[in-house]
Parts: sequence; structure tokens; C-alpha cells
Amino acid sequence: MSNSLLKSQQNSRFIVSVILAVFGFIMILPFLWMFLSSFKTNAEIVQNTRSFFPKQWTLENYRNLFHSGFTLYLRNTLIITFFSFVGMLFNAMAGYGFAKFKFKGRGVLFIMVLATMMIPGQVTMIPVYLILNQMHLTNTLTGIILPGLVGAFSIFLFRQFISNISDSILEAARLDGASEWYMFWHIILPISKPVLAVQGILTFIGGWNAFLWPLILANDEKYYTLSVGLQLLQGQHTTDYGIQMAGSSFMVIPIIIIFVIFQKYILQGFNIQGDK
Amino acid sequence: MVELNLEHIYKKYDNADDYSVTDFSLDIKDKEFVVFVGPSGCGKSTTIRMIAGLEDITEGDLLIDGKVVNDELPKNRDIAMVFQNYALYPHMSVYDNMSFGLKLRKYSKEDIDERVHNAARIIGLEEYLDRKPAALSGGQRQRVALGRAIVRDAPIFLMDEPLSNLDAKLRVSMRAEIAKLHRRLQTTTIYVTHDQTEAMTMADRIVIMKDGKIQQVGTPQEVYDNPANLFVGSFIGSPAMNFFDVTLQNNRILDRKNNFSLEVPEGCLKVLQSKGYAGKRLKLGIRPEDIHTENTFIKVFPNATIKTTVNVSELLGAESQLYCKVGDQEFIAKVNSRDHIQPGAELIVGLDLNKGHFFDPETELTIY
Repeated sequence: MSNSLLKSQQNSRFIVSVILAVFGFIMILPFLWMFLSSFKTNAEIVQNTRSFFPKQWTLENYRNLFHSGFTLYLRNTLIITFFSFVGMLFNAMAGYGFAKFKFKGRGVLFIMVLATMMIPGQVTMIPVYLILNQMHLTNTLTGIILPGLVGAFSIFLFRQFISNISDSILEAARLDGASEWYMFWHIILPISKPVLAVQGILTFIGGWNAFLWPLILANDEKYYTLSVGLQLLQGQHTTDYGIQMAGSSFMVIPIIIIFVIFQKYILQGFNIQGDK
Repeated sequence: MVELNLEHIYKKYDNADDYSVTDFSLDIKDKEFVVFVGPSGCGKSTTIRMIAGLEDITEGDLLIDGKVVNDELPKNRDIAMVFQNYALYPHMSVYDNMSFGLKLRKYSKEDIDERVHNAARIIGLEEYLDRKPAALSGGQRQRVALGRAIVRDAPIFLMDEPLSNLDAKLRVSMRAEIAKLHRRLQTTTIYVTHDQTEAMTMADRIVIMKDGKIQQVGTPQEVYDNPANLFVGSFIGSPAMNFFDVTLQNNRILDRKNNFSLEVPEGCLKVLQSKGYAGKRLKLGIRPEDIHTENTFIKVFPNATIKTTVNVSELLGAESQLYCKVGDQEFIAKVNSRDHIQPGAELIVGLDLNKGHFFDPETELTIY
């Protein structure tokens, strides 16, 4: 490669980097401002002479946040998130079943699963609510968790991935003496790590951000989730911006951390879909 | 001590019209190395999978040591299997791959460790025990698969085309290693391949299959020298046997279309005539190495010669393969390379009919 070509490549790379850095900075600015503001007093936030960095650092907002019932919302959110992960395992099992077991009606059943993906969630929301109401599950955590346990897209993703695992690996395991259950946990799941990572992150984000469904289903404040609770912080008459910033930061930061750690897997997972 | 008996085994898949395996009967002795060979789709893999318990047996009985095991789960049959694509667990190290079955069978840690290291020594992979399969070459992976079978100390090994994914050179060396392994471990082995060379070089006994049926069972020498039918004759041997459509007339066979005739040796003639083939059509099969170009042969058997044209001449080193043509009939002769012939040359070749095979053109069964 000639020197000038190398140089022009370096130049263009530098220019691209600068452009990306500028845009990245613009993107991250509101988050940064939100995070920093959560350490300001409310008075400082509403001051006309707004400053980017807190003049006086305070943890008051976070203290208030957790005194306002956020601990309870956090608990609910964690429970919902935990069960979403249980649901993810069900999806993995369903995907395994569709991928590797021959049974009557497999094709039809799978098409039905896929068909549910074509119906927007908003359409099924009211019927599902009515069903849960008849089951006396409205205004319970069970009711909030139950409909989210299975997801067609997740099943589809698992099925696609597991289909690619060679049958002879499973046959070898069977000859080695593994039970179907053992095979699922010790062979299928470990091999499916890339899908698990993608699904895990999506599941976590979904559970952590659960808003509309808990809002509809829970009348009682004790079943509220973080995002529903966050909305409550917006008072009708007075607005405590400090506590809102603290609440928002508390919700966003874990997701950002997880994304940064697992972004390699997320990209890998979307590549899996792209391979299909 | 283990014996395997397959008694009139049939296999029909649920959505298939025809049987994939028909009336398969075979007794496999202790320590024997049996090779199932045949073209793809002949039912050899299906049969080995039925023995492993990975496919149901539609009809017939499979006996291991005199006990019918048709309904036993694969894991209860105490069989180790090596697959064509190795079937290693990709997320486990070589050590874990080999110890997987032992852990499931609740062997003690020390016992597992000893067996794995022992097997690793046999297959020469001791330094690779910590590696994942992805970090191994194809040949090494197949060794791990063999190691996984060895540690189990199972009395029966099944190998389903274990060398098909390897390149030609590696295949030859692994072939020798598997044969060596068998001599060392003396495990009863059933080996499936579509490659007749593998079958010939490794087997104690070869089972040749076609369309789900056994064509012939015998030692490599037997099936090579005395093929039971035209298919076996054509399948075993490389390059393949040459076939000529001829008619028996008095003491000669004629090919009117391609305009040549050959004198049939007396012993052979008697058999053909006594079986009522006088004046009838026959199929003559003759192996490339039984076609001679040496002057001595041609002088001794002047009535067994054909005048041909050499189309292509391949020098393989010690031997040459001559692609000859007489009329429209093409055939291959394998001759000493000292008699190397230039393409396009006219040549007189002698056919050693004492080593020829005669088949019935209708039934394709061997007459002589």
C-alpha cells in the first residue's frame, strides 16, 4: 500500500472519529445533565442561572426517593424481572422443542406462535385484562407477571438458533447417557449463550422498564413498578425536579451499565438473526 | 465378550413408502471389525443407528449377547458411537468432552481422571486436554471423538463415516490409526463408510449393501475375488471392474456390436454350459489388473486378445491406467508402467478370463 493512500485513510478515519465523537457527546449530554442534576438541590435546578455541575453536591434527592416508596417499587420490579427470566427459560424450552423434537402438529403450532407476533400488544391488552379479571388476578403481581412469561419472538429466536445445533451432538449425549432434561441444561443452554445474552438483555430491559401493563393492572400502589412510580413523582401542583432526576438516573444507569458490558453479545445475537 | 445378532431387521420411516432397510440379518462376533459399505442411501447408516438405538426397529430383532434390545434406550445398550461430524460438545474442553459420559454414569473423580488421561495417551492428545474443539484441527477433533468412545470402555464401537470430513491424506493416516486402535483394544466395531477402499483396508468382514438390502457378506478377499453379483463386482475395487455385454457361442464369447470375440477357458466354459447359458447373453466382468499388455501373456493366450485404441493413459508411478476403447466399448486396464503407452496408440491387450466373472444380465447374479 502506498504511503499517501495510508495517510488519506488515516485522515478519513480521524474525520469520522471526530464526527462520531461530537454526535456521541450531544447524545449523552441530556443523560449527563440528568445524572448531575440528581445531585443538586431542587432550588439549584430551578434557579435561573443554571449550572451544569452541582455547586453543592447532595444525596438528599436519593434519600427522599427511597423514602417515597421507591424501595417497594424496586422490589416489585426485581420480582417482575426475575420472573421474566424464568419466562425466558420457558421460551428456550419451547424453542428447543420446536427445533429438535418431531411431534404431530409441530408446523401448525409454530405458525400459530409466529402469528401472535403479527398482533400488536395493544390489541390484546384489553382481552387479556378481561381474562385476568375473570381469574381474579387483576391488581396482583401474578397478573402482572403471567402474560409476559412467554413471548413469540423469543421462542422464534431460540428455535432458529437451536435448529443449527447438530443433531448428532444430541445423539452423542443420549448415547453418553444424558437425560433430556440434563441435555437441555448442560448442552442446549450453554451452546445457546449468544441468544441467551440477547434475550437476557431484552428481558431485563423489558422487566426493568415495565410500565403500561403494571399501570393498567395494578390499582394498588403496593404493586407499582419503578417506571410507574417514577411517573408518580411528577406531582400535580409542585414539582420536585431533584427527586425526578434521581429516580430517572436510578432507572437508566443499570441499563446503560448492562448494555456496555454485554454489547458484544447483543451485536452477536443480532448477527444470529441476520444469518437466517 | 460380546456378540451382536441382527435378525431379519426392517426399517420403514413414518412418512416413507418403501422400506429403508429390508430383511437385514447378520451375526457379528466378538472383537470383529465389520464394515457396512454401499452407495449413499443404501441403508447402512440407518442400520447402524438402529443398533445404537437412535432409530426404532420396524420389524425384526436386535440381540446383544443373546438379549433382545429393540426397546432399550441408547444409553442402556452400552454402545459408544463416533459420528461423521465428530459431534463434540463445542462449549466443553477436550477433557470435559471425554469425561461427559463417565460423569453421567457416576464414575469417581479419580477413575474419570485416569481413564481420560489414558485415552488421551492412546489418541495422542494429552497436551490438548484443556482446549475447546474449535481450537483443534479436523483430525484432532476426530481423535477426541474416538477418545470419547475409548474412555467409556464400551464393548461395542459404532462408527458412522468417521473419516468423511477429513482431507484425503489425513483420511489415510486416520484409517491406519483406527485399525491400530482396534488391534489394541479389540473392541467389537461396526464401521459405516461409502468408501470401498476404507472397507477393504480395515474390515475383518465387509457387508455390502444396496437399496436397503445386503448384497454380500465376506472378508475383503472374498468379496473382491468372488463377488456375489454384478453390483458387488462393480462397487468393490478401484478402478472399477470392466463389463462387457457378450454372447456365448460354442467355446467363445462374442461381442458382435463391438466386433471382438474371446476364447473361454475350459473350466469356465463347462460351468457356463452346464448352467444353460450356451448361446445366451452374458455379462463379462473383468478387473483392470486382469487385462494384460505383456507380450508373454499375449503369446500364450492369442485367442484371448482384443485390438484396442488407448484414449487416455495415466501414469501413476509403478502402474499405468490405460483407458481403452474397442468399438463403442470403453474399459480400463491397469498395467506395469514399464509398458506405458502413449494416448492414441493402437494396442493389443489380453483378457485373463480365468479371473473373469460372468453375470446373468437379467438377475445380475454371478454365474461363474
